[in-house]
Amino acid sequence: MFKKKECVAMLLAGGQGSRLYALTEKTAKPAVTFGGKYRIIDFPMSNCVNSGIFTVGVLTQYQPLVLNEYIGNGQPWDLDRMNGGVMVLPPYQGKNGADWYKGTANAIYQNLDFIKRYAPDYVLILSGDHIYKMDYNAMLQSHKNSGADCTIAVLEVPLSEASRFGIMVTDDTGRITEFQEKPKNPTSTKASMGIYIFNTKVLEKYLIDDENTPGSSNDFGKNIIPNMLGDGMKMYTFPFEGYWKDVGTISSLWEANMDLLGEKPEFNVHDKKWRIFSRNYAAPPHYVGEDGNVSDSIVSEGCEIYGTVEHSVLSGNVIVEKGAIVKDSVIMSGTVIKSGAVVNYSIIDSNSIVSENAKVGEDKEGAKGIAVIGSGLCVEPNVVIDSEAMINNDAFDGITSIEE
Amino acid sequence: MSTAGIIFSNIHDNNIPELTRNRTMASVPFGCRYRLIDFALSNMVNSNINNVSVITHYNYQSLMDHIGSGKDWDLARRSGGIKILPPFIRTTANSANQLYTTRLEALKSVNYAISKITDDYVVLSDCDVICNIDLNDMIKYHKANDADLTMAVKKVNLTKEQAKINVLVDSNSNGEITDVQAYPTNFEGEADINLNIMVMTRQYLQEIVEDSIAHNYTSLTKDIILRGISRKTYRTYRYDGYFACISSSQDYYASSMELIKDKDVRKQLFGVKNRPVYTKVRNSAPTYYSPEAKVTNSLIADGCEIFGEVENSILFRGTKIGKGTKVKNSILFQDTYTGENVVLNCVIADKNVVVRDNKVLSGDETLPFYLAKGKMI
Repeated sequence: MFKKKECVAMLLAGGQGSRLYALTEKTAKPAVTFGGKYRIIDFPMSNCVNSGIFTVGVLTQYQPLVLNEYIGNGQPWDLDRMNGGVMVLPPYQGKNGADWYKGTANAIYQNLDFIKRYAPDYVLILSGDHIYKMDYNAMLQSHKNSGADCTIAVLEVPLSEASRFGIMVTDDTGRITEFQEKPKNPTSTKASMGIYIFNTKVLEKYLIDDENTPGSSNDFGKNIIPNMLGDGMKMYTFPFEGYWKDVGTISSLWEANMDLLGEKPEFNVHDKKWRIFSRNYAAPPHYVGEDGNVSDSIVSEGCEIYGTVEHSVLSGNVIVEKGAIVKDSVIMSGTVIKSGAVVNYSIIDSNSIVSENAKVGEDKEGAKGIAVIGSGLCVEPNVVIDSEAMINNDAFDGITSIEE
Repeated sequence: MSTAGIIFSNIHDNNIPELTRNRTMASVPFGCRYRLIDFALSNMVNSNINNVSVITHYNYQSLMDHIGSGKDWDLARRSGGIKILPPFIRTTANSANQLYTTRLEALKSVNYAISKITDDYVVLSDCDVICNIDLNDMIKYHKANDADLTMAVKKVNLTKEQAKINVLVDSNSNGEITDVQAYPTNFEGEADINLNIMVMTRQYLQEIVEDSIAHNYTSLTKDIILRGISRKTYRTYRYDGYFACISSSQDYYASSMELIKDKDVRKQLFGVKNRPVYTKVRNSAPTYYSPEAKVTNSLIADGCEIFGEVENSILFRGTKIGKGTKVKNSILFQDTYTGENVVLNCVIADKNVVVRDNKVLSGDETLPFYLAKGKMI
């Protein structure tokens, strides 16, 4: 039947990502395109595979179609396994009624049966909205060595920013003595990355207790962790060094994309020893035309570039026509920038069109913010879209929907 | 109605000896991210042919590596899928156990598999057919005419030199084949050439293979088709789209360059709706262009890092172009690495070639400079 696994990963991918507005209108945040050919969820999934964890439950809830389709049978990540592999876990109807996932802890609680099938010693909890490369196996070894009940991955953050995070106060050995959720006056700079390893038995007990506590928000950060700490459980931190970015907002998503640029990029996805796997669509190589001019940019397969692309990230099958200019922008797959159009400091979602001589966004120096155009929309010729605009449907002047 | 596919993976190896020294014709890299067999395979998969056999000969390690389980073409199946058919050599091998050189001999050597095919029709294709053809339409045509064999042909204008390396097919107004001339030495002008893509009715294929074994026939054109013209129903199926096959190194270079010179060629090969060209997935990162990069009129795959200038060239996956380096009219295979201030003109660099700083290499369009796999300069 089911073979025992040492560690099962549970990836929380149900978040709406409401601060990404137009980009998450039809897709869950983990399925948002990133870095040309990737989706956000590729990073935790690839980390799992590269760390030798081949049993991954993906908990979905908000707009799951694109995400489910993307994960499929897990083949792109080598997660189509005889035993284990990837499993999409949506909320379901049970004997005593149906429930949406009420919180992160409740989502795992509802899927305890999935975990128990593999009788794992440890459960790794991940979230599907961060961009980073991390060896979870190293964290697991540290968890085992310290004999902890729970290990939490932490990142050093500047003290001035610490109040945005869940902060861990530790003793010299790394044992957590205090947990401060978004503290006004932080006393530590170790921020929780939302990555936890639990001993299965302990996790199960606390999830059940939490479920039986009326009024609980059923959240790891708000309930489970403080409760365990209160009971004096052995909880340790695992320090992470390297690139880590929460791409929950338009500006952080833009920044993370730009971090891929440069000779020595802040975040390197070219590392052959830690490949980031993603679902590939059969697109031809990209073509740069006679008048094409690409600099300081990332270009994916299937693109055709006859215009100018500068300091930008282009996903697959993007067409930049002659005379068009794309600068400081993120353009997602299948979008067409027609001749004479100028796209500046913007994010344009997939399968949209910026028509002839239209202008989207403003020069980064003078702009109020990033202009965002949702998917499947057409900016009519000569239309000007202001910086910081958030276009998510065709109710705006000069915007029409593209018939499929 | 079901159809099986058979691909000849070694049939033209001698045409481009440099590129096939360590690989089959089928696994010769082409067009930035493909191997030649990808076109034949994708044509089959896009026409719902899910039972494909690839007949090999020697040097097929790279082909096996490329195909893997077949999942990148959706051919990792419980029933059907892709099979590699190696030559059948008995344990009591002796000098008589020679490997085949012609298509018919190839088919004879894998009779063990052919006799087991149960599909109604069989599409036979060479591995160097660079085209995007709707085989379903061809099979429909074959069936509607109740033919035994249907050959895909294309009308082209041939020079004397080109005629020498082609098989010309004459047919009447009904599309019935009336004559076949293999490699005529004195022909010039317009003719239908054989594209080496054929549809046969399964029983007919099995019949000719058995028959050839019994009679020791060796040539499909001379021993089977020419003998059968009056007795059997042979048809031509005219294909008008882009087609290239590789008959020499110059041909390889010219066909590759056509991809960047002609937008229409790219469209006919890669831009056909619902008929994408599949290849092995490598999970490379997208290509990075540095602020100093200058790329014009070039076709570039994923995973490249470009710090220099590239013009009229084809860069395969994982190529690195160093600072101050100029690459012109060249084809650089997977993971070619160029240092700083290198100049390359009309160069074909095979896989994993390293060109160190300040080197200058130039070939000519008629004779590209070839760098063998893994060479370091």
